[in-house]
Amino acid sequence: MTTPIASIPAAPADKTDEAVLKKKLCIKVCGVGGAGCNAAGYIAQTKFDSVDFLLLNTDAQALAASPLPHKWVLGRQRTRGLGTGGDPEVGRAAAEDDAARLAAFCAGADILFILAGLGGGTGTGAAPVLARVARESGALVLALAILPFDFERGRRHAQAAAGLQQLKAAADAVICLPNQKLCKLLDEKTSMPETIQIGHNLMADGLRGICRLLTQTGLINLDFADLCSVTRGRHVASSFATAEAGGEKRAEQILEKLLAHPLLDGGQLLNESDAVLVSLAGGPDLTMSEVNKIMEAVQRQCENSHVIFGAVIDEAFTGRVSVTLIASSRRLAEPPPLPAEDVAKADAPALQFLDPSATPRPPSRVVAPAPELSNEKKEQLYSRQTGQTRRKSSRLQKELPLEIVFKGRFDKSEPTIRHGEDLDLPTYIRKGVALN
Amino acid sequence: MFDSPSIIVGLEIGTSKICAVVGEINASHALNIIGVGQARSRGVRKGEIAEPALAEEDVRNAIVEAEQMANVEIRSVYLGVTGNHIRGFSNHGVHPVVSADREITDEDVQDAIKNAKAINLPVENSIIHAIRQHFQVDAQTGILNPVGMFGAKLEVDVHVVHGHGNRLKNSIAVVKGLQLDVEEVVFNGLASALALLSNEQKELGSLVIDMGGGTTDYAVYSDGIIKHTGVLAVGGDHVSNDLAYGLKVPLGRAEQLKVDHASALLRPEIKGQTIELPGQMGLPSKTINLEHLHRITSLRLEETFELIEREISYLGWLERLRAGVFLCGGGARIPHLQALAENIFQLPAFPGKTNSISGLKSALDQPEFATAIGLVRFGSLQQKRKNNGGLAGGFKRTLADMFKR
Repeated sequence: MTTPIASIPAAPADKTDEAVLKKKLCIKVCGVGGAGCNAAGYIAQTKFDSVDFLLLNTDAQALAASPLPHKWVLGRQRTRGLGTGGDPEVGRAAAEDDAARLAAFCAGADILFILAGLGGGTGTGAAPVLARVARESGALVLALAILPFDFERGRRHAQAAAGLQQLKAAADAVICLPNQKLCKLLDEKTSMPETIQIGHNLMADGLRGICRLLTQTGLINLDFADLCSVTRGRHVASSFATAEAGGEKRAEQILEKLLAHPLLDGGQLLNESDAVLVSLAGGPDLTMSEVNKIMEAVQRQCENSHVIFGAVIDEAFTGRVSVTLIASSRRLAEPPPLPAEDVAKADAPALQFLDPSATPRPPSRVVAPAPELSNEKKEQLYSRQTGQTRRKSSRLQKELPLEIVFKGRFDKSEPTIRHGEDLDLPTYIRKGVALN
Repeated sequence: MFDSPSIIVGLEIGTSKICAVVGEINASHALNIIGVGQARSRGVRKGEIAEPALAEEDVRNAIVEAEQMANVEIRSVYLGVTGNHIRGFSNHGVHPVVSADREITDEDVQDAIKNAKAINLPVENSIIHAIRQHFQVDAQTGILNPVGMFGAKLEVDVHVVHGHGNRLKNSIAVVKGLQLDVEEVVFNGLASALALLSNEQKELGSLVIDMGGGTTDYAVYSDGIIKHTGVLAVGGDHVSNDLAYGLKVPLGRAEQLKVDHASALLRPEIKGQTIELPGQMGLPSKTINLEHLHRITSLRLEETFELIEREISYLGWLERLRAGVFLCGGGARIPHLQALAENIFQLPAFPGKTNSISGLKSALDQPEFATAIGLVRFGSLQQKRKNNGGLAGGFKRTLADMFKR
């Protein structure tokens, strides 16, 4: 962990190397918005030592319900503690109002975790501002973003996508937790609170795993730079999973748990990912053959990706093994990183969809609705569709994101699939070799 | 059954051609190829029957041609099968020797093999081959025939080739529709290996790759016994299809381009060269960049070999192939394929030559005929065994036998 600490620009200049080496890492966790506060509140109750928690919300009533000591109402003048009404612009403005207070909180922190549910007003609007402020004050910022359920279509999804875009530009690393993936864990009888509980548990486990990865120096060390190299620029599909197992067959068990993990889509995500970070923690009794077994299985799952591996030995893990895995893929082209200042001053998320050239396509999970058009614009569009009567539906047909390759003579035969690739498609196309 | 047991016919229903080879066992018990018949195949995709009516017609043409050439009447055939559904794997069987004196009897051997064959197959799958490998008596390994030895525990490895029963029935039905008997169903990869490899090469360790039109079949021999078999449903058709797509020409032209100009390696000296396709039959004339053509074919062939290499090295057989890689099938005609195989497998590669069989020189030298010749060879070995009173005839109950009842 020496690299990130030394690189913190805010570290006072008079500190000697020794002081830097001795310094204990200061980690702060900040829940933003309703979902973020709930998650942070829950995580704070589980055993989490030496970490400061702060809850930020624009809704005073929701904040009052939480037992945590540190909680602020954002933008008290603007919203009077009544929430944002789901408008990210209000959330953003509220956070800007309180930017000085936020900066004071972030001062001295080495790492700041932001927990935020995207799609609403406060989380979507305030989280990017907090990330920018924290970065300016010298902390490394890692955001855990909860994405809405699939049934929360339309506006919420669009806002979440825009918020994610901004968060990505402002934070050092963003990891997504799409709520929809929780559904795979549930059966018919799971109650609503249980569902939320499961989500929080996943988050708590993930957070703990990442904390361990960052704070403890391992035999094979991983640090924040490694984490960033995996997540930066490809957060679209960053996903994490944590699994723990004990007993004799722990290596096998842990693999089973990992592959069954809902956030990894049954291991499918590993196959698609192009960078994977694996952090293994075990007691002094951890054997090389176990490490080998786990790593080999992970490698086999993600053949196409760059795997970064770390191992930590911790007395507390005697008899157990815990694996934290962060996978991400570069499915979308890397958007040009916006400077943090521009992000904060950028238009309200909903407005950005008017100009398709300004924002890259949103990730496929979060499908944006048809753009909202002014009446003149609509008329202009309809007049171009000569001879066609105006249909009742105001939605425009969207383009399919896939390029469909005609399979020629194999069109009607059973596809030949090996290692998840359809071998009937020309090899040069699958390998992306350009002809000319 | 045969009226005259000395005539053996191998029939391969391939994706690009159907091929029947007639062999005869002469007075000195040597196999002699006396006739070959072939027809262009239209009803087969990826090694499996897609249009039975067309396939039946093509099979009839091939059989008639072979009959005329060999001047015999064909009654029954050894039928070669392939397809994506066929899998090969090795299984282990254990049998405790219970007799008082611990002498291993023939029954013990049969029981051990039966145990090894008791595998968990999907219900719709049938066993095509169950080939016994080496026996192990207590801790002593590598025994070929344990009968008469002493031991407490008899173990055996069996290589099982199995496939989807109904899909196998499709090709059998085509042959039966022509009033021909199917002696046995044989996996194409195994037949090719039988045709190409000498005993010495099997002993040293060899890989046979039969690159056909629709599938690429492969078989690994080591220590004289078969170790692994497999099918990859990628073949010459895929190369043509890639060319048709990449060069934007009709499939027929792509096929012709493949035959005339394909290369398994992308060589620097062809850079900038072009091929002029004259306009004919309503098709416009076209200029094709040779580098593109080679890039498309070489990438496809490279990938195919890499997939095979990955599987075989994963199973640990790659280090045991001391004789090298043997190539056959129509794909083996592609220039520089040997060099590509040498690059990827890091082993010497050879064009497969059918050996220890005499007869029509024209048939024996063609890589396309390796499978059908191998089928004849398989048939001759089976007959020899039957004539010898069936050394171990009992255990090899194949699918064809089951259908004959």
